[in-house]
Amino acid sequence: MIYSLLVLSSPVSGQVSRAAAEFARSVIARGHTLHRVFFLDAGTVNSAAALVFPQDEPDPAQHWTELAQTHAVELIICISSALRHGMLDSVEAERYERPSSTINPVFTISGLGQLVDACMQSDRMITFGG
Amino acid sequence: MAADGGKSTLIIIRHSPYGSALAKASLDVVLANAAFEQAVDLLFVGDGVLQLLPDQDTSAIGVRNISRQLGSLPLYDIHRVYVDARAAADYQLTAASSAVELHLLDAGQMQQLMVAYDHLLSF
Repeated sequence: MIYSLLVLSSPVSGQVSRAAAEFARSVIARGHTLHRVFFLDAGTVNSAAALVFPQDEPDPAQHWTELAQTHAVELIICISSALRHGMLDSVEAERYERPSSTINPVFTISGLGQLVDACMQSDRMITFGG
Repeated sequence: MAADGGKSTLIIIRHSPYGSALAKASLDVVLANAAFEQAVDLLFVGDGVLQLLPDQDTSAIGVRNISRQLGSLPLYDIHRVYVDARAAADYQLTAASSAVELHLLDAGQMQQLMVAYDHLLSF
């Protein structure tokens, strides 16, 4: 079965984005296809490159990086939400004259069309957060 | 419910209009679906029905008026929205007081509605 996820929550408030990452891992472990994870609103903060967590807490960025690098999962952040939350890749940083990119490069900035497309391509679309 | 090859989506709106940015995000998702000619409907439940209250004035809080944006739904071929009847009663929302046509559903009808769609997105 083909799954996609919609993540609405930031990794710094509550357990939801962690639950999304765990769910993503389980989908793959059970032999399903994880087509895309789309991050909207505060969910875009999951792409932040410079979040620092205490050493005794798990770093949520590791989960997403592993999913992208090991399982080639597409991680897409919504451009309008990303800009509002200060999540910029090098292209957007240059366009808006900000000092540097602020996102983990395993994430890709794109539009809501990618969420609509994920719905079309997937048998299941699961929302996390909100 | 979906046109050729597409999927139908029900957007479930659970949050009040101005406590977070979710109301705006959900509306953006509705409009994106409409722009790509995907079948999309809205169901307002719980505190979400507050988004439908008439005479919202956001001039003092510096954010866009959600009710004005909801009023533009017919331009995207969305002529009616579904509403949790219990929540509407709790918040004294009546069909006559809203900018868009409201179709009130009880719990059983909401359940029937949800199973009719390929996808549910919840905000």
